[in-house]
Amino acid sequence: MQTVINFLRQNIELIYIVILMIFLGIEIIGRVPSVLHTPLMSGANAIHGVVIIGAIIVMGKAESGNYMALILGFLAVVLGTLNVVGGFVVTDRMLEMFRKKKTKV
Amino acid sequence: MSGILSICYLIASVTFIIGLKMLSNPASARKGNLIAAGGMIIAIAGTIFLYEDDGKKLGNYLWIFSAIIIGIITGTLIAKKVKMTAMPELVSFFNGMGGACAALISMVEFDYVFRANRLLDSNSFSNVVSFGHYLAIIAGTIIGSVSFAGSMIAWGKLNGSIKDFAFKGQHFINLLILLLVVASAVVAYCTNVRIANVPFFITVALALLYGVFFVLPIGGADMPVVISLLNSFTGVAAACGGFLYDNKAMLTGGILVGAAGTLLTILMCRAMNRSLKNVLIGSFGGPKNATATSSGTHGSYKEISVSDAAMLMAYSKKVMIVPGYGLAVAQAQHSCHELEKALEEKGVEVKYAIHPVAGRMPGHMNVLLAEADVNYDKLLEMDDANEEFKTTDVVLILGANDVVNPAAKNDPSSPIYGMPVLEVELAKTVIVNKRSMKPGYAGIENDLFSQPKTSMLFGDAKKVLQNLIAELKNV
Repeated sequence: MQTVINFLRQNIELIYIVILMIFLGIEIIGRVPSVLHTPLMSGANAIHGVVIIGAIIVMGKAESGNYMALILGFLAVVLGTLNVVGGFVVTDRMLEMFRKKKTKV
Repeated sequence: MSGILSICYLIASVTFIIGLKMLSNPASARKGNLIAAGGMIIAIAGTIFLYEDDGKKLGNYLWIFSAIIIGIITGTLIAKKVKMTAMPELVSFFNGMGGACAALISMVEFDYVFRANRLLDSNSFSNVVSFGHYLAIIAGTIIGSVSFAGSMIAWGKLNGSIKDFAFKGQHFINLLILLLVVASAVVAYCTNVRIANVPFFITVALALLYGVFFVLPIGGADMPVVISLLNSFTGVAAACGGFLYDNKAMLTGGILVGAAGTLLTILMCRAMNRSLKNVLIGSFGGPKNATATSSGTHGSYKEISVSDAAMLMAYSKKVMIVPGYGLAVAQAQHSCHELEKALEEKGVEVKYAIHPVAGRMPGHMNVLLAEADVNYDKLLEMDDANEEFKTTDVVLILGANDVVNPAAKNDPSSPIYGMPVLEVELAKTVIVNKRSMKPGYAGIENDLFSQPKTSMLFGDAKKVLQNLIAELKNV
């Protein structure tokens, strides 16, 4: 019990963010038309690529002798970049098609 | 310096929120995507150049930059090259990459704590590491691994290299694996630090195994829902990283996607008139029973030849095309557009009736037809289409099945009863193109096929369409 209370107290600021973000995330896409489900999923997929920040920090903090951190960190940065770049490019490609039609009409 | 970095993260968080908001509206979606991408660039550049830990800047720039460049080149190439029909598996693939990234970070972080403490005698992690820190590490590892393994399986399933696989008692085994994952995570926290890496890596292995078993039994057509769910998992894993580094951008981005992704998953299920529980648990039990009861009871149906079908359409006033999964699989969207043009030359009015869940993903049909330059105006949503069927002469169904099944309206015992469907039987004639008489993914018989106004036109959607176009030229 004590650990849980300590945990809450130490991270109260982050916990506020988590709770508010949960409500915001639900609220924000509440009325999305089904036409946009696929692009929205793809866009959200790109956004969680923000995990790459952690990968960069891991990589940058790794000491030159710590090969495990270096190799895993390197891999993490590559995969994270794939997620971010691929995610945004694919979403843009999908949405481009919607746009093109709309402006023509 | 770190003040500027905080502002970078703040901007990034706000762009994620605005981006996601704009993505849920057709008019602003593309801009929203670009705004979020811009925020991401700010956050990444800020981290590389401004991040400080106890006054120490980041090192290993050569490694970081080469990794990023490799990622950018491969990511752009894959994303640009892939066919529009392969979109669902691509999203799954990228999602897996994100999950793996989150898992790797947490593993390295575990390694740091492990190295720092293993020389201390007879101490467990519970004494040296705070509960919150360990929770963030282990949750990031587990969720990231599950998401990675699951996404890879979903990817393999959608591109056809992995087959459905289910055995009796699989749910029980899945549950058991999940319990073991949690148990070994607890063991790693409580045992002596010197040997804590053993249960930790067992946790990783079990989490990967769970990811595989979680997705394996789920049918191909339900994959979009699963990908959406795994997408929100990865979001949560990223948020765990945010806890580890006290990084608000990771936290907001991750949780935002976690919450929005979960809701999106539920919305997708609702559009298919299924519950999430049904997709995840009933996935392989349900359809099997349904096919068992209905197999062998094919009603009589009549076939139509390509030339007759072409003739019929050429002399009608209005043709409505109902595209479905079969069209996506055969990649026939371009042929479909050609047929539309050929018919319009003959003075026939052509429109498309789009069911919200037609294709391989909700909204997938709109993307595919847009790719083939089909005019946006010609795509009718379900309610409008149902109005227009009354005045339609010929309905051409291309590889759709459950979304046009009248049982959803008439037969309360049908598993899809209550699902909104396209009421194609209101039209004068219906031509159904399918590869065979096999039932659709819900595994139920479709009465539409044996109705007197329906004729069947068997074959691969793309070939049939090409033949139809050729025949139309002769009419």
